Amino acid sequence: MKKITAYTALVVGALIFAYPFVWMLSASFKPEYEIGDMSLMASKWTFASYQLVFDTIPIFSAFLNSIIVSLAVTGAVLFFGSLAAYSLSKLKWRGRDTVFNLILFTMMVPFMVLLIPLYTLVVKFGWTDSLVGLIVPFMMNATALLILRQSFLTIPTSLLEAARIDGCSEWRILRQIVWPLSIPALITAGIIVLTANWNQALWPIMVIRDEALMTMPQMVLLFTVGGGAQARLGPQLAAGILLALPIVVIYLIFQRQFISSMASTGLKG
Amino acid sequence: MGQVINNIFARSFRSLSRGRNVSGYLMIAPYLLHLVIFLGYPLVFAFVLVFHRWDIITPMEFAGLKNLTRLIHDDLFFKALLNTGFFLSIHIPLQIITALFFADLLNKKLKGQDFFRTIYFLPVVVSGVVVAILFSQLFAFENGYINGIITALGGERVPWLVSPQWAMPSIAIIVTWKNVGFYIILFLAGMQNIPASLYEVASLEGATTWQRWTRVTIPLLNPTMVTVIVLSTIGGFSLFIEPYMLTGGGPLNSTLSAVLYIYNQAFYFNHMGYAAALGFAFACIIFTIVFLQKRFVTKDMYS
Repeated sequence: MKKITAYTALVVGALIFAYPFVWMLSASFKPEYEIGDMSLMASKWTFASYQLVFDTIPIFSAFLNSIIVSLAVTGAVLFFGSLAAYSLSKLKWRGRDTVFNLILFTMMVPFMVLLIPLYTLVVKFGWTDSLVGLIVPFMMNATALLILRQSFLTIPTSLLEAARIDGCSEWRILRQIVWPLSIPALITAGIIVLTANWNQALWPIMVIRDEALMTMPQMVLLFTVGGGAQARLGPQLAAGILLALPIVVIYLIFQRQFISSMASTGLKG
Repeated sequence: MGQVINNIFARSFRSLSRGRNVSGYLMIAPYLLHLVIFLGYPLVFAFVLVFHRWDIITPMEFAGLKNLTRLIHDDLFFKALLNTGFFLSIHIPLQIITALFFADLLNKKLKGQDFFRTIYFLPVVVSGVVVAILFSQLFAFENGYINGIITALGGERVPWLVSPQWAMPSIAIIVTWKNVGFYIILFLAGMQNIPASLYEVASLEGATTWQRWTRVTIPLLNPTMVTVIVLSTIGGFSLFIEPYMLTGGGPLNSTLSAVLYIYNQAFYFNHMGYAAALGFAFACIIFTIVFLQKRFVTKDMYS
């Protein structure tokens, strides 16, 4: 009996969190005049909503821009983050603790203080209306650095010493010993950065005006509130599906890693 | 290509590094350089901007304390603060109760719990833009899905996003719906750290379900509770996409959030200096609140 109550509650929860997406998917394939219906079924299925999206906005270039920006940022964060994390965890140098505390402190700075001055800096560099302006300011990430450092700390120093005696450079040790042993941490940090970046909308709205350089969230947002969708709901939902789909597919494949990754950011705070 | 880069790195490390000291500096250098340019400099510049008038096109003009006196007399600044407070007063309790409820269900170790966990977490990974599109329909006044259900059950339509009273609670519901999966996982992790022996003792002593919650689960979840409250508070101050897309800050500025107000001052009115001052002020307020929460909530629970 208790079990039945628990399952009922679990199913109600699943409906609350998943049904809106299922409805959204189905409605994006409905004729516009049937979207008001509550049912998931349509009298006929149509690509008209998607057609309007493809005809009105350069969604394909937005998709490409999103992929370029997300991958560039994630790659840079992991690369420079592991260099820094290795230095902070396995190498000894004067001032190391001070630098580490400084980096911890930067995590407490709310992004809204930086919003305006960072924007004016990007303007000064001439990076507005350029993907560089979306990539370079976010190439380093303290959260990723901490995740990597935590993992590097668990690698026995004796292992690294042995490699050093054999004449390995620190760079080669990082590449051939530390990275292969830290794949879960690299995935964890990568997932956090990739998701945040794929969904980032506020910064692109500030920096990008040229439609050809917009990323997916900004393009879809502008299409929705800027009148491109001609106040029709179907195309808005279709554009939303196109924005959500890649990250949802990756999520469903790697859901275990996603959940533990994101939880790890909260558990440390 | 990769090989070439590797060789360059290996050579520069070998030639420059006499001992690990130098390698250490070399490897942290890119990160620190970036930190100085994209965090240190903007932070200093934000402070400079607070004392200047600037529309980003004409040269900066020293304004002394004008931005700060203006802030004190700015009704919209206080409105945004009040709105954030109102948002948090609904969002935080709603989020904690919902998250505790589902975390407890998932902690019963029933079959299929991984499936449910995956579903509850789904809105967390989806862009806020998608969530806003979705809820603009679900919360629509005339043909919205939720008002459809309410009228079908014989109720009155709720003016979700169109009335000043309902708009902010609606946004709090939307944000809770989007984020609660994350907090379910945090509470679940916290619950799994509570020793089962404590519950055994409680049931031996004849504790009711309510007592198990108030005497064992909630006190022992205190560290998670602090995290949830702090993260939700920071999230509340960063609220932007939902009001920007769904209400534009209206009706009657009832959903004007801190970041939305900064954005409007900077990009709608071109008041860069004042926008920077606003950013500073809000950041100081967040700092103070989070500091108090960490002290107050932690202490209160253990006394």
